[in-house]
Amino acid sequence: MGVGNLPMNVELKHIHKHFGKVHANNDIVLNVPSGTIQGILGENGAGKSTLMKVLSGFIQADSGEILLDGHPVTIHSPADAIQHGIGMLHQDPLDFPPMRALDNFLLGHSGGLFPDRKAVARDFKRLAAQFDFSLDPDSYVDSLTVGERQQLEILRLLWLGARVLILDEPTTGISAIQKAKLFETLRKLTAQGMTVIFVSHKLEDVEVLCHTVAVLRAGKLVGEVKAPFQTKKLVELMFGKEISLGARQAAGPGRSVLELRGVAIEDIRLRMSDINLSVRGGEVIGLAGMEGSGQGPFIRACAGLMRTVGGRVLVNDRDLTGKSYHAFKRNGVSFLPASRLEEGLVPGLTLTEHFVLSEETKGLFIDREGGRKLAEDRISSFNIRGTPLSTVESLSGGNQQRALLALLQDPLSLILLEHPTRGLDIESTIYIWNKLKERCKQGAAIIFISSDLEEILQYSDRVLVFFSGKVSSPLDASKTTVEQLGNLIGGKGWESLKTEKAHG
Amino acid sequence: MVRSNRWVNLGFQLAALVLALLFTTLILLAAGAPPFDAYANILRGAFGSMINFTDVLAAWVPLLLTTAGLLITFAAGLWNIGVEGQIMLGAIFTTWVLRELQDTSMPPALIITLGILAGMIGGALWAMLAGALKTFGGVNEIFGGLGLNFVATALTLWLIFGPWKRPGVASMSGTVPFDDKLALPAFTGLRLSPWALGIAMIAIVIVYLLLQGTYFGLRLKAVGKNPKAAFLLGIPTWQYMMFSFVLCGLFAGAAGAMQVVAVYHRLIPSISSGYGYLGLMVAMLINYQALWAAPIAFFYAALNIGSIQLPIVLHLDSSLSGVLQGMLVLFVLLVEGARQRLMKKA
Repeated sequence: MGVGNLPMNVELKHIHKHFGKVHANNDIVLNVPSGTIQGILGENGAGKSTLMKVLSGFIQADSGEILLDGHPVTIHSPADAIQHGIGMLHQDPLDFPPMRALDNFLLGHSGGLFPDRKAVARDFKRLAAQFDFSLDPDSYVDSLTVGERQQLEILRLLWLGARVLILDEPTTGISAIQKAKLFETLRKLTAQGMTVIFVSHKLEDVEVLCHTVAVLRAGKLVGEVKAPFQTKKLVELMFGKEISLGARQAAGPGRSVLELRGVAIEDIRLRMSDINLSVRGGEVIGLAGMEGSGQGPFIRACAGLMRTVGGRVLVNDRDLTGKSYHAFKRNGVSFLPASRLEEGLVPGLTLTEHFVLSEETKGLFIDREGGRKLAEDRISSFNIRGTPLSTVESLSGGNQQRALLALLQDPLSLILLEHPTRGLDIESTIYIWNKLKERCKQGAAIIFISSDLEEILQYSDRVLVFFSGKVSSPLDASKTTVEQLGNLIGGKGWESLKTEKAHG
Repeated sequence: MVRSNRWVNLGFQLAALVLALLFTTLILLAAGAPPFDAYANILRGAFGSMINFTDVLAAWVPLLLTTAGLLITFAAGLWNIGVEGQIMLGAIFTTWVLRELQDTSMPPALIITLGILAGMIGGALWAMLAGALKTFGGVNEIFGGLGLNFVATALTLWLIFGPWKRPGVASMSGTVPFDDKLALPAFTGLRLSPWALGIAMIAIVIVYLLLQGTYFGLRLKAVGKNPKAAFLLGIPTWQYMMFSFVLCGLFAGAAGAMQVVAVYHRLIPSISSGYGYLGLMVAMLINYQALWAAPIAFFYAALNIGSIQLPIVLHLDSSLSGVLQGMLVLFVLLVEGARQRLMKKA
């Protein structure tokens, strides 16, 4: 086993996949000849991951065909995929941290009850040497960096006989040197006849590495481009033509509600440091960036849900550095998470019970009559389609989002939102933003994450762009175009910006 | 629509009961025992005489107290398996206070009251250990509770055979029985104490009100159903979980105290009588609805007491009641799962 297997052509024919109302893959036709690096480019939710999951057997397409070397195949599971020679490297390595590298290597290998560890260790070292990976088979996986885990996973897939390698956002969270080595490896593999499918939203990586690039947008394949690439063309394909923006309301300057002084934030993948920002009441700040670029930790740090590792966080001129979310909440900060039913609402409880929970309590016993009145009141003023006794899980997504907004306490200084309108129809989206703008008029500031660039430019006063742990200085939303933003998100055009501080 | 659903649900639950009986009957037939005689014996054992009936009530008391406590931890989303040990620690603390104070000139009523309070505190402390292990040690409450149960058993045995052993020779029959004046007053000629009965009924009413009517109960339910969202709603989640452990421990400790002051009048090795595990079954069977705790706990107590005679009369093991109790829980859960599937499709 190992490298040097037969080359393989991959053809996808008219792939369709629906998730409820969402047409995640709409008639995708793609032909990847062996020996090429095929890029798949698109923004979050464009359907890249769905397509790759179909190809790697995680999910089944509703209709369409997969042809390997001209033969139609049905792939039932990831194990099935690897039997066919298709190996997928996930964004988050699917390994088993508390085990040794060699044990991980052995997993998924169907070879008897007692594996020949010595022979496998030999194979491991031979493969690692071939690609110049310095991996110790006896080291524990949790002691490895993301890049090393990736290398381990590549070796494992090759060893299992993969002839097609799918990589999902492989350059997130790895060092520049590891990235260079990864690219070198991929080029070597394709030179030997392997087929590589490289999924990314990073224009720069795609441009440097890929032979051809297919761009997905809203479930459709909107274009295929061959190297050499023009950045402008790719951005246009990714985000569509620029749409004229609606009327914007400029917020007048208010008092400072949030101040970040030299803040540093760290999670497993990224480190952001020296972030300075002052947010005034009535202002809306949009956070743009591909998922996992650092905006998530940033907004959670602003809520006290994530400890900062340096600098100071001030809310209404009060130093709350290192305090818990509940301290932030007492100072008028509210955080609305993207996953409404997982983090924001309590499935099994009714709307009334939610409103009662969100209010200040008087006495020991619940005032049922008052709770019902409160619920009816909120339901009508937030136009929620549900009754006081509806459980939250019975509501539609848009109504759940309205319910979340209706839970916000009064008064508020700062509202932090993750993807406030994700998955909502136009009507709900407009409604939600009208409600949020009302809050701004009352003096609250809003910071929100969105992957919809038009939403960001339309509703924000200022925009922060995140890319691989870099945070841009605040951009004036009225002077920024969708194209500029798209470039920045893909890691282009940062040289001309004054960044807060660059960190890999 | 709603009404028809209710009838359908009732039908499903009856089906579960029938299935459980059917399965137990099969087991009886396999064991070569006459099933109907066995059931008749259980009925007679539970309700055949005033003594039998009051014995059922005496067993109902600790079971109801335990179930009441468990309803609180279940509301908080916690599987308090350690309740068994919490009952034992309650009994140990009660015995300890009674031993210390029995030779003083304090009035017996005061000693008993102090003993019961001490039992509640003992249960609460043991529950706090499980809670602390979960909150600060990251030990799942099921594993922590199970471990603590073994420790509690060992502690009970050590006390009976060590520091608190009977003068002369230690024995499995427990510590020296307390003087009659240190027993909760019972109905004449019966083993049932109206005081114990009262305490158990007050306990279940308190828990019902706590969970149905108070802000505390609502927050606890929010924590149980979705701790992340509860935290974002401003509820101090781990404190609530910890507090629910303590509350459950208080009730379980009271159950242990009742075993000492109203039933056995001493510490015995099997002082908890398995009421902790039985309480878990009752709580599951009633789907964590406090309203149903009293009747279902009574039914289980009746099965327990009713089957005591089986070995003598039919040469069957009294664990038959356990088979039926377990079957009932399994089938109710099974039928509930089936119901949800069928209803979803419909």
